[in-house]
Amino acid sequence: MSRIAETFARLKTSGPMAFMPFITAGDPDLSVTGRTITELAKQGVDLIEIGFPYSDPIADGPVIQASYNRALQAKLQVGDILKAIAALPTATLPPLVAMVSYAIIFRHGGRKFAEAAAKAGFAGMIVPDLPTEEATDLSAVCRELGLDLIQLIAPTTTPERTRRILETATGFIYCISVAGTTGARTELPAELQQQLRWLKSQTQVPLAVGFGISRPEQVAALRGLADGIIVGSALVRKLAAITEEGVPVEQALATAGAFAAEMVQATRAS
Amino acid sequence: MPAATTPAPASANVPDAEGRFGEFGRRFVPETLMHALEELTAEYERASKDPGFGAELNDLLKNYVGRPNPLYFAKRLTEHCGGAQIYLKREDLNHTGAHKINNALGQALLTLRMGKKRVIAETGAGQHGVATATACAHFGLPCVVYMGEEDIRRQKLNVFIMRTMGAEVRPVTSGSRTLRDAINEAMRDWMASVADTHYIIGSVVGPHPFPRIVRDFQSVIGREARQQSLEHFGKLPAEVVACVGGGSNAAGMFYPFVEDTGVKLTGIEPGGRGDKPGEHACTLSYGVKGVLHGSYSYVLQDIDGQTQDVHSVSAGLDYPGVGPEHSYWKDTGRVQYVPVRDEEALAAYGMLARTEGILPALESSHAIAHVLKTAGQRKPDEQIVVCLSGRGDKDVYEVARVLGQEI
Repeated sequence: MSRIAETFARLKTSGPMAFMPFITAGDPDLSVTGRTITELAKQGVDLIEIGFPYSDPIADGPVIQASYNRALQAKLQVGDILKAIAALPTATLPPLVAMVSYAIIFRHGGRKFAEAAAKAGFAGMIVPDLPTEEATDLSAVCRELGLDLIQLIAPTTTPERTRRILETATGFIYCISVAGTTGARTELPAELQQQLRWLKSQTQVPLAVGFGISRPEQVAALRGLADGIIVGSALVRKLAAITEEGVPVEQALATAGAFAAEMVQATRAS
Repeated sequence: MPAATTPAPASANVPDAEGRFGEFGRRFVPETLMHALEELTAEYERASKDPGFGAELNDLLKNYVGRPNPLYFAKRLTEHCGGAQIYLKREDLNHTGAHKINNALGQALLTLRMGKKRVIAETGAGQHGVATATACAHFGLPCVVYMGEEDIRRQKLNVFIMRTMGAEVRPVTSGSRTLRDAINEAMRDWMASVADTHYIIGSVVGPHPFPRIVRDFQSVIGREARQQSLEHFGKLPAEVVACVGGGSNAAGMFYPFVEDTGVKLTGIEPGGRGDKPGEHACTLSYGVKGVLHGSYSYVLQDIDGQTQDVHSVSAGLDYPGVGPEHSYWKDTGRVQYVPVRDEEALAAYGMLARTEGILPALESSHAIAHVLKTAGQRKPDEQIVVCLSGRGDKDVYEVARVLGQEI
């Protein structure tokens, strides 16, 4: 069983949902990224997504775009991220999942990139612009390396496409809550609950909901429907404050930690 | 470059059902857009088999755009060069002043067929934005055009025209604030609006089926030019030349000639100020195979796959990617891609104005510049056909600024 599957299996027996925060690697620098990962682990998060900055992220809203730009302007390279992750005690941390655009993976070579990610200590990868039709080769490589290649399902995904996607799904399914880009929203669409219910009837693979989630109340609304909650922009914004508002690193880490604690609490409450 | 085997000759029978031009093309987009792309592919298949659709488009091209436009013999330019006879395919005479209207009207008709209520588009030089705003005004569709702030500065006239046509021009302030970022923003809009909005992409780029649809709608250029060549000089030209940014006028011009192997096809890339990264936008001459904007093609990117900044004096060519069919033509050897620098394009802009009384767009000036350099090497009984993709009125402020003159 993969580390991601183990995480969800453990939660299933004890009841709560998984809280799965996303942060951008290298914003403002990789030392802060490492410290954030440690802080999030301390607050009891269940899995951490690490965004690899990309120059043209079409699935991302302004907050994550800006964080990617800051990291790239500071000359961050993929090799630096892998090195920084490898330096962390990943075996004792929650599973780390790399969020990487296919442009980056293709340039490095699918196998080479996946091997490097596995070696650095990642438990899985999400490739937001690699639809299932194009994922066959990378999926096989990931399986061989024990990495979960996380599949995404959108509100616009037809039942027929969903069945095809589910055939190769491992780890968890990333359910995009709303048609659009990443970024906090006040309300989740009404159709989401219906789609999650239907998905539950189609697969045993855990369902994690992302895009637009930033508040504990939204977690409550998904209880019983989703196995995990992904929060990106809301957390990335707290770290952006270091560069954008001159907030001291210690203070930003404390704010991020407190937010994570609140969200963990919300996923635990019954 | 290791070339152990000779590549198979280029076929006109591309792309396949998965959108492959040889190895290039395909779809690398978020799952959110996949259904819309499948839907568009199916609708386009139906439309291309529907005689009513073809008839409606042809009627618009004739009575609204003013096609066929002339294949014009540039006598004084030919004399100046002292070699091959130079013919200009006058896309600049189309309604809205460029080839972009051919595609915008075709895709607007597809929008109506799909029952979508709103149109979005990206634009670099503003010609595609103007064409889309025009098509939307014609059909009464609401239209939003994304345009980089830097391009808004360079192409004020087109911004004014788009707004006059009732379109909303949304400035894009991210990244390099040019065409590449405008495409990013249009795609982000489409992620959220895909249920009721069609994205009229302006070049032969993006995920399948866009490269095919845009090429097909632009192929009217090459079909007419081929027919007009036979009428004017009783044979096919020795060479066909077109400028390549994303590559839509070149794709439309070259495609009907692809299997005429006696015709040399030359694509002109924006050589900018030099051959170092950031100084040019020569994706095919200096790029690598990679993924950008949903398709696999040549790209100007660094060792991590991050898109590089590019430069061209021409806003319409200032793009770090290129249509996948051009990558296929490059690798099969069917088309030669050659850089032309900013200063050469600027000189050609003035030269065509003085010798022929025709003001070419800065984009098309790149193609003219190449012909100025090479026509003299050909015999007087050979013909070169150049795609004059657009007119140059939009560029007068930028040319004056670069030349240090005042208007």
